[in-house]
Amino acid sequence: MADAHTRNHDYHMVEPSPWPALGALAAGLLLIGTVLGMHGYTWVVAALGLLLVLYTMFVWWRDVVREAETGSHTKVVQLGLRYGMVLFIASEVMFFVAWFWAFFNSSLFPTAEMGGTWPPEGVQVFRTWDLPFLNTLILLTSGTTVTWAHHALKEGNRKGLIQGLWLTIILGAIFTCIQAYEYSHAAFAFNGGIYGSTFFMATGFHGLHVIIGTIFLTVCLIRAYQGHFTPDQHFGFEAAAWYWHFVDVVWLFLFSCIYWWGSGAAPVAG
Amino acid sequence: MNAQSHAHGAHDHTPSGWRRYVYSTNHKDIGTMYIVFGLIGGLAGGILSMLMRIELAEPGPGILGGDDQIFNVFVSAHGLIMVFFLVMPTFIGGFGNWMIPMMIGAPDMAFPRMNNISFWLLIPSAILLYASPFVGDGPGTGWTVYAPLSTSGHPGPAVDMVIFALHLAGASSILGAINFITTIFNMRAPGMTLHKMPLFVWALLITAFLLLLSLPVLAGAITMLLTDRNFGTAFFDAAKGGDPVLYQHLFWFFGHPEVYILILPAFGVISMVIPTFCHKPIFGYLGMVYAMIAIGVIGFVVWAHHMYTAGMPINARAYFVAATMVIAVPTGIKIFSWIATMWGGSIEFKVPMLWSIGLIFLFTVGGVTGVVLANAGIDYALHDTYYVVAHFHYVLSMGALFGIFAGFYYWIGKMCGRQYNEAFGQIHFWLTFIGVNITFFPQHFLGVAGMPRRIADYPDALAGWNLVSSLGSYLSGVAALWFLFVLWHTMTRGEKCADNPWGEGANSLEWTVPSPAPFHTFEHVPTIRSSAGGH
Repeated sequence: MADAHTRNHDYHMVEPSPWPALGALAAGLLLIGTVLGMHGYTWVVAALGLLLVLYTMFVWWRDVVREAETGSHTKVVQLGLRYGMVLFIASEVMFFVAWFWAFFNSSLFPTAEMGGTWPPEGVQVFRTWDLPFLNTLILLTSGTTVTWAHHALKEGNRKGLIQGLWLTIILGAIFTCIQAYEYSHAAFAFNGGIYGSTFFMATGFHGLHVIIGTIFLTVCLIRAYQGHFTPDQHFGFEAAAWYWHFVDVVWLFLFSCIYWWGSGAAPVAG
Repeated sequence: MNAQSHAHGAHDHTPSGWRRYVYSTNHKDIGTMYIVFGLIGGLAGGILSMLMRIELAEPGPGILGGDDQIFNVFVSAHGLIMVFFLVMPTFIGGFGNWMIPMMIGAPDMAFPRMNNISFWLLIPSAILLYASPFVGDGPGTGWTVYAPLSTSGHPGPAVDMVIFALHLAGASSILGAINFITTIFNMRAPGMTLHKMPLFVWALLITAFLLLLSLPVLAGAITMLLTDRNFGTAFFDAAKGGDPVLYQHLFWFFGHPEVYILILPAFGVISMVIPTFCHKPIFGYLGMVYAMIAIGVIGFVVWAHHMYTAGMPINARAYFVAATMVIAVPTGIKIFSWIATMWGGSIEFKVPMLWSIGLIFLFTVGGVTGVVLANAGIDYALHDTYYVVAHFHYVLSMGALFGIFAGFYYWIGKMCGRQYNEAFGQIHFWLTFIGVNITFFPQHFLGVAGMPRRIADYPDALAGWNLVSSLGSYLSGVAALWFLFVLWHTMTRGEKCADNPWGEGANSLEWTVPSPAPFHTFEHVPTIRSSAGGH
């Protein structure tokens, strides 16, 4: 067994790190603090926890980027990261299944309390082909611009990559602004009944994912300026693009189910 | 199975002292932390169950004063702790972390740093859950946290703490599932094809998929609970157009796969143990693999059999009855394959084998009562009685727990380098086997007689079997104390364990490395050459 001590693999043996334990502490502070806040004590602990969560994410992923730049991410490690991202997105899909389940539970089987119709009696919904449709077009366009960036990257065209990313991020930000504008003009309330509950929680979690995806793409833009990505190794960008497409697809379902099919023949606002 | 080469323990820059564990990126150290965490959870949950049996030993107010709210706080904490802080961390985080990389010939997990946060997220989760009974009236909701009892019925912070404990434990498990699936798909040694993987690896792979796809739905459900409780949404509030039964659907869409998450790793463990001690390969390896896959898949489409009495259309009930009973087929394939493995083998009745045979016997009892309960018509009478309690304790506290003990005795020599004492281990098995049967078998009779769950008292007519059940639980408590002694004895007095203490029956890769397994195994990845793996 002469060669028993020689390393013959390309896996990444990660060095010990304080960030996982710090991240768990941060998550604990955030949630314990939220219990305190919700029951009227203080939101300070939750705010502290949130800052610590964000700090942990920053330093943790900073380490990952450094490891990628110093050669730890071999082909097999990159493949592992791809598996990981696909599986993470699969779990996110199942998270949205819960919100769609709640929506269809009420919209397919309206109870007497909501007047036996969907949307419930008295609820004025948004005009499907107004801002929601505009937002659909914006998000779909952003899906094409991120693909543009990807193709530019694969052909070693850094300028094209940066242009595509800028456009994608701007379109994502416009989507978020329009969504915020729409929220502020809603004719139904978050706490006013089942329509507002399903609408705001489903589209709200989607909006949160758009914001996260926009930040992810922004990190990629910064890394693109720093010359991190090569035509052969750019998993960080790929993960962001996959995430962005996932967010895009969730929106298509939200738009066609909640804004379009779910608007029924109800009176519309605005 | 042959391995070209194995262990190696040089060149690690591991921090020492507390940093070794808190900063760990080593699958064995993280696995050890999980097992210690699981042991603490098991003791805490066990103490709660003993206190409940003391309360129920005689009719009338007992040690808990006959207070139903306190009793139900104990029920909730016992259930949640046993599921999330005993079985899942010990099987998946503990044995999975320790054994999966070694069994597939990988040097570590795919994402070692994420592996560590999977463990450490359980600490704030445990703090929230363990503290919740002491806040206000505590969470008297059961582990299912059904609305509206958990919304309008519990205005205090305790239920919010339970919700967040589940969020954290869920995030921990989802990250763990991503890690296990990626490790198994991406890091198998050359020659270790999927159809050669040891059955424990298969069991954990399928378990990880169930976790990945079911826990996010629970996260959604308890987030709805949270906003209903604190921010005025109406998901489960019928007066505002919501639907409390929606919560039951979402919960059990997670909850039913969850019970397979608890038992599949036990199937995996005894599928390693039985061939080892019968000195012959597992019967029907591929059938065993695809039976587990079938159990996992069908497990996603049977959830509403937990909700027959919630008011369902007759066609839906008919479907869920039929689908549920279909699961008995792959389960039967597994039971008979284990028996066929033993058939004609030269069986050694060592302690891991005793636990495995105990599991087959008692899990089958629980499986058969499961088929009874799958029938909506019978379930109308038995729903929420002690018959259900007896059923799921036969599959869990005898199925899953026996699997944990089988794995513990099987691998403790490999993990700590010292072997348990055979006689002491056998005493532990028989004390537990007798104790749990005396505890839970009479609960079938109590259930058929109509004794409801989650009530701190019962009519005098049921006093006899309740006393027997309580006495059985005291014996199980003695068995648990005896286990602590065995653990201490093994750690301090146990004999040095050989690399492979079990002989030629044990031929998965972990037995090719020294005992205790060195800090790093398979920095030199082995090549798998034999034709059939896992046995």
